[in-house]
Amino acid sequence: MNHDELDATLDSFGDALASATRVTPGNALRPEDIAVDGVVPDEDLAQYALRLGDDALILAQRLSHWISRAPELEEDVALGNIALDVLGHARSFLTYAGLAWDKTEDDLAYWREEEEFTSLHIVEQPNGDFGVTITRQLIISIYQYLLYSKLAASADPTLAAIAAKAVKEVDYHRDHATQWTRRLGLGTEESAQRMRHALEILWPYVDEMFQDEALHERLGDRAVLPSSLREDWEQQITQVLTDAGLEVPQVGMAMARGRSGEHSEHLGYILAEMQVLARKHPGASW
Amino acid sequence: MSSNTWPLWEVFVRSARGLSHVHAGSLHAPDAEMAVRNARDLYTRRNEGISLWVVRSEDIITSDPDEKDSFFESPQGKDYRHATYYKASEGVKHL
Repeated sequence: MNHDELDATLDSFGDALASATRVTPGNALRPEDIAVDGVVPDEDLAQYALRLGDDALILAQRLSHWISRAPELEEDVALGNIALDVLGHARSFLTYAGLAWDKTEDDLAYWREEEEFTSLHIVEQPNGDFGVTITRQLIISIYQYLLYSKLAASADPTLAAIAAKAVKEVDYHRDHATQWTRRLGLGTEESAQRMRHALEILWPYVDEMFQDEALHERLGDRAVLPSSLREDWEQQITQVLTDAGLEVPQVGMAMARGRSGEHSEHLGYILAEMQVLARKHPGASW
Repeated sequence: MSSNTWPLWEVFVRSARGLSHVHAGSLHAPDAEMAVRNARDLYTRRNEGISLWVVRSEDIITSDPDEKDSFFESPQGKDYRHATYYKASEGVKHL
């Protein structure tokens, strides 16, 4: 350690003593690192990263709508944090996918049309009331937790690194949704009724999350087969719902083909809001 | 749900191993489990901490601000309570 390093170390120690709010950036994987790393994925891998990135991007866009609208200031920050975490995952996946087509994360987020988005229908479902958002979070965060846990062992080192970073954050999202599901399910008759309603309107989009594609088969140990997550997912979510005095709803499954670019009427509105600024001022930076 | 139904909690953050928890601020939460989660979201989002304590504000017993003089002025001027008041004795090394 040279003198400058020693000084810096002592300074940071002094700051830490003086304040409880010492700020450090940490050293986690960032989308910028993926871009400069220069490892270009092949077409299948890029398509797979695009799917995971699109799920995260649309979910982040939905969640960020809660900012300034949550029932409490503290919850406002919690949902905002979760939205930002998920947006970070989207940035990493989209940056990586874009390397295959010489496109940036912004090209993919702002300059694709609705039918080019490969996101699942569950993430484009409207926020509804707080119970609907929490239920959607429960469904998707358990799914993403199981997915990223397995993807962290992917034979592709970049996907593995993104997943290893993301899984810790998604673990917290899962906990957040679980805590609220319990409180709303066991809260008042009103809150339990709203949770039952939320489960009924969202459950039809569960099937799509576990549908395998030829793409997954071709990628082998570089990807996670969606169907392989289903048993653990059902076991985990059933446990949470049971603990919350709720039940798995008996409803039919929707025909949803988001992976093929077929979306509900919701996605167009989400994209219009998300893309309008970038399209109105192409190339602008801020 | 409004803030007046959610109790107030005080948040203490420990920023590194070997340091103490330091009071960082307060927040509202419906119960202890959510309070520690809200504390995580509000007070550690810039990598400030590795450990959190939360405690119900109403459970903290405080000294009375009106009794500040009788509580805290007495030690003033009592230099002999500080080690620097005393001269090192001759012949004592490394003190």
